[in-house]
Amino acid sequence: MSILIKNSSDILPSEITDEKIYHKRREFIKQMGVGTAAILAGSQMSLAQAKAEQALYSTYKTLPKSQFSATDKLTSYQDITSYNNFYEFGTGKSDPAKRAGEFNPEPWSIAIEGEVEKPGVYNLEDFIKPYTLEERIYRFRCVEGWSMVIPWVGFPLADMIKQFKPTSRAKYVEFVTLYDTKRMPGQVLKVLPWPYTEGLRMDEAMNPLTLMSVGLYGNELPNQNGAPIRLVVPWKYGFKNIKSIVKIRFIEQEPTSTWHKVGPKEYGFYSNVNPQVDHPRWSQKTERRIGEPFWAAKHKTQMFNGYADQVAHMYAGMDLKKFF
Amino acid sequence: MEATISNNKTFISVGMFKTLVFVLCLLPIFNLVWSGFQQQLGANPAETIIRSLGDWALYFVLLTLAVTPLRRVFNWTILLRVRRMLGLFVFFYACLHLIGYVWFDQFFDWNEILKDIIKRPFITLGFATFLLLLPLALTSTNKMMKRLKKNWKKLHQLVYPISVMATLHYFWMIKADFRQPALVAFILALLLGYRIYVYVQSQKKSRA
Repeated sequence: MSILIKNSSDILPSEITDEKIYHKRREFIKQMGVGTAAILAGSQMSLAQAKAEQALYSTYKTLPKSQFSATDKLTSYQDITSYNNFYEFGTGKSDPAKRAGEFNPEPWSIAIEGEVEKPGVYNLEDFIKPYTLEERIYRFRCVEGWSMVIPWVGFPLADMIKQFKPTSRAKYVEFVTLYDTKRMPGQVLKVLPWPYTEGLRMDEAMNPLTLMSVGLYGNELPNQNGAPIRLVVPWKYGFKNIKSIVKIRFIEQEPTSTWHKVGPKEYGFYSNVNPQVDHPRWSQKTERRIGEPFWAAKHKTQMFNGYADQVAHMYAGMDLKKFF
Repeated sequence: MEATISNNKTFISVGMFKTLVFVLCLLPIFNLVWSGFQQQLGANPAETIIRSLGDWALYFVLLTLAVTPLRRVFNWTILLRVRRMLGLFVFFYACLHLIGYVWFDQFFDWNEILKDIIKRPFITLGFATFLLLLPLALTSTNKMMKRLKKNWKKLHQLVYPISVMATLHYFWMIKADFRQPALVAFILALLLGYRIYVYVQSQKKSRA
């Protein structure tokens, strides 16, 4: 049997696969692979989810590691992006993952207001350009009694604050989330007084642990996690970590945060993780680490979520039962 | 006696009807177990399980209370034959709900559980509701019914405070979005309102 091999000159141009089509086919085959992985992984992992997981660390491939990173086992990308409290997209834990897909965080601008020398409105790209992004693995403790370990991408808030030069009258920093019922459908319901606001004391904002996050698992922030930019304060309960920030104000008086307005006895301004101070309706002594077997014992919650060495000094002499 | 759904036509035998209802009542727990094996309980299965069991205990309270109005309004007398079963399913799901809390939420830390019951109104209320269910479940047999005679009916009117307490227990655990408990409260108000209406009407009649 002879094998017929054409000379290259015999091959008609029409027989050659166009390079674009070739790449498309490659892409298609790759996607098929991802799809199969999703099916094999079974469960509720969607195709989009599987794709996202294969593409982890594609936006920020190499990031400086941080000395502040926790060594706990990371929570899976699936869990971090499917179990969210983000009432702007619905009050159910899976609502944000289901309903934030169409949200477009571009273009995005951030207003800097109040007691600063350089107030103004900045577009996001210019806003984050001056800072070196790094990866920080932080424990995240929700006031509801569950916790995760999340590899954030971000930069210290302190770097940003220095840039805008707050005046001596700036004692607090207030953050505001986007309020746009067309883009954030959960805001149609008045379950919370919109827009969502949060605040930090200036020393808390300047603490090296306080992070402005623009990503997780080496990529941009998924919409359900607060795209395009959010706050991360790892020693405080999760709701202090305000998402999708459009405004940062430097002010003299302590700001009122959204959950404090809803339940002043349940959610204080500080909301530091504290196993000794219970939420009026439930104990804060233990936490369910997401991803661990649900039939096993929970974790003991640590003072300041395990970050006491870096933050406890800021609250020296304060009655933390009173300033909860 | 041949039992029927309406009084005129025979659709289904009582035995078949009871079996059907029994199987339907087990669907929520089958669904939970199945979802568990399929890893479909979400990122926080403990929360999903405990809440789902609590929801179903409360839904069965509403179903149990719906029997009398439905029977009277639509003349569905056969429903009476499953009322006790529905009530026992309240107890079944309430037990599992409590076990879920004791195991997954507190991991058998009896000391913490006791503190929770004393300190936290919504747990106190939930636990009190469970305690009130106990005598009803224990006296649900034919034997007990005969032994208690008139008192049996009186005792089982505990279902009214139970229904209100369970709904409050639900309200109290919500952080901000009260739509779901409000819907439950609304249905409960209709079911209890019906009884008040019937009572007032009967008082009027007896006076006339």
